[in-house]
Amino acid sequence: MPMEKITFANQLLQYLITGLTVGSTYAMVAIGFNIIYNVTEIINFAQGEFVMLGGLVMVFLHVAAGLPIVLAFPLTVIIVTLVGMLLDRLAIRPIRQPSVLTLIIATIAASIIIKGIAMFIWGKDPFDLPAFSGRNPIHFLGAVIQPQYFWIIGFLIVIVILLTLFFEKTIIGKAMSACADNPDAASLVGINVKRMILLSFALSAAIGAVAGITITPISLMEYDRGAMLAIKGFGAVVLGGLGSFPGAILGGLILGTIESFGAGLIHSGYKDAFALIVLLGALFLRPSGLLGSIEVSKFKRF
Amino acid sequence: MLRIRKLPIIIFALFIIVFPWVSRLIPVIQNYPDLMIFAGIYSLITIGLSLLMGYAGQISLGQAAFYGIGAYVSAILTATYGLNPWFCMIIGMIVAAIVAVLVGVPSLKLKGHYLAMATLAFGIIVFIIFNEEVEWTGGPDGMSGIPGLSMFGFAFDSVEKYYYLVWFFVFSVFVFTINVIQSRTGRALRAIHASEAASSAMGINVSRFKVVVFVYSAILASLAGSLYAYYLNFINPSTFDLFFSIKLLIMIALGGMHDIWGAIIGAFLITFLSFEWLHFFGEFEVIVYGVILLLVVIFLPQGMVGIPKIFKGLFNRKVSNG
Repeated sequence: MPMEKITFANQLLQYLITGLTVGSTYAMVAIGFNIIYNVTEIINFAQGEFVMLGGLVMVFLHVAAGLPIVLAFPLTVIIVTLVGMLLDRLAIRPIRQPSVLTLIIATIAASIIIKGIAMFIWGKDPFDLPAFSGRNPIHFLGAVIQPQYFWIIGFLIVIVILLTLFFEKTIIGKAMSACADNPDAASLVGINVKRMILLSFALSAAIGAVAGITITPISLMEYDRGAMLAIKGFGAVVLGGLGSFPGAILGGLILGTIESFGAGLIHSGYKDAFALIVLLGALFLRPSGLLGSIEVSKFKRF
Repeated sequence: MLRIRKLPIIIFALFIIVFPWVSRLIPVIQNYPDLMIFAGIYSLITIGLSLLMGYAGQISLGQAAFYGIGAYVSAILTATYGLNPWFCMIIGMIVAAIVAVLVGVPSLKLKGHYLAMATLAFGIIVFIIFNEEVEWTGGPDGMSGIPGLSMFGFAFDSVEKYYYLVWFFVFSVFVFTINVIQSRTGRALRAIHASEAASSAMGINVSRFKVVVFVYSAILASLAGSLYAYYLNFINPSTFDLFFSIKLLIMIALGGMHDIWGAIIGAFLITFLSFEWLHFFGEFEVIVYGVILLLVVIFLPQGMVGIPKIFKGLFNRKVSNG
């Protein structure tokens, strides 16, 4: 194959495409944060562990156990969802005097337990997962696009559509939104707030799992990836505005793009730092986020 | 904790003074003074952190970064530039204080989780810098050739001498902190913890007090980092990673965040757990830490210092029932 001449413009396009793909994963993590935050006002520090588990459970079911993708995918999502529900039942609900401090500590504890167990099961090596539709790249204006990129962005779109339908068209979804607005009032009108909290953990674990399953063929997955994914997902949350779903998507895509350009153009050793610097910058300059509202945040308990 | 009783402090001080002589007589605990140096270094950090968590109600997940700033500033200025170690220690504290103001002022104006996340991000950034700035820090391989401490020709060059030096710092900080808690500042901090709205209505500048506590905790962490560097004469980035920040959090939660004694008890327990008692678990000790942290949060929200209160509560109930 003849070497194509790679111009600077091609390279920029490449960074943009890679950034949007990785950003889609951050957006999924950010949506997971927001679902739990909107119902419970907890920032779930274990959010990244769902992504890590999604990748590694999928590797186990698809590569080691040999299940076809169409079977392994939903099974993985179900398993990680159960982990999310366990997290609520074992770490969040037993706390008798919930405060910001105790809830943060509980989710941190849960995250290092999940990470340790993953290390116990899978060891420390990164695992690869076959791409869903092969690894023959598509060439587009001099940029190389992996078919897997379309799967990641596609799943983000599917998740967004399903969530919108869920929150706007179904009774349970509306009940969850009610809990987010005012848990006391919600329980007065007969909504089981505890069940809604459980459901929020289940939902956000499921979305985390999808993020993990789709990103693993590109970036591999190992037991200790969770913390970094969580902090970048949270960066997307803050950038977009805590609690805002469109903000989460926008924030994720921007963060992924900045990271990709930063690593490509400035210094690849600082790849992980760019997203965090953006997070700090967003916190300091506009803590309500691009699409969030400072007025709304004043009504939150924490 | 309005009144600080002097007796426990004196007993504890005596214990610290006598301990090295006792440990020499008992072969099993002969290496304990070495561990106690680490317990002392960690205590310095946890005292600051417990003020921040217990009194200002804020979490820092970047304390390892301030610890690292103290260690690296001291290491670079002494090993590379040959400056006086004590002077470098002070420079380290100043640098940590400035950085803490820069991180703390914006994020402590906000409510809730923001300081936790800002410090988490900050901690990871600093960790990356330690790894990447190879010309300055030696990168992942670390730095060696850091001198020890000495004063007027007297070198703190043995475990025992360093032990007394570290614990001298711990006691000074401990007593100073207790005095702060009992002062006007301490009352303001307790008021903030009870109700931010009420205390700001009383004219307390809530976010300023929080920043002051955060800066104080950063200075103490930096001091601890310098002491660490001068003790081991070698540092590398992995000492200052995110997991160390979490370990500090576990120390506070386990010891009890509403009592300054909790900071010291927690530092002791986790030092001995990680250096002595958890060897059996090897790398999987992280699971044990997670379980400890979760159990403490659920069943022992007051930490170890809350245990006597629980027993007292049980006893009182029995009496009143009878």
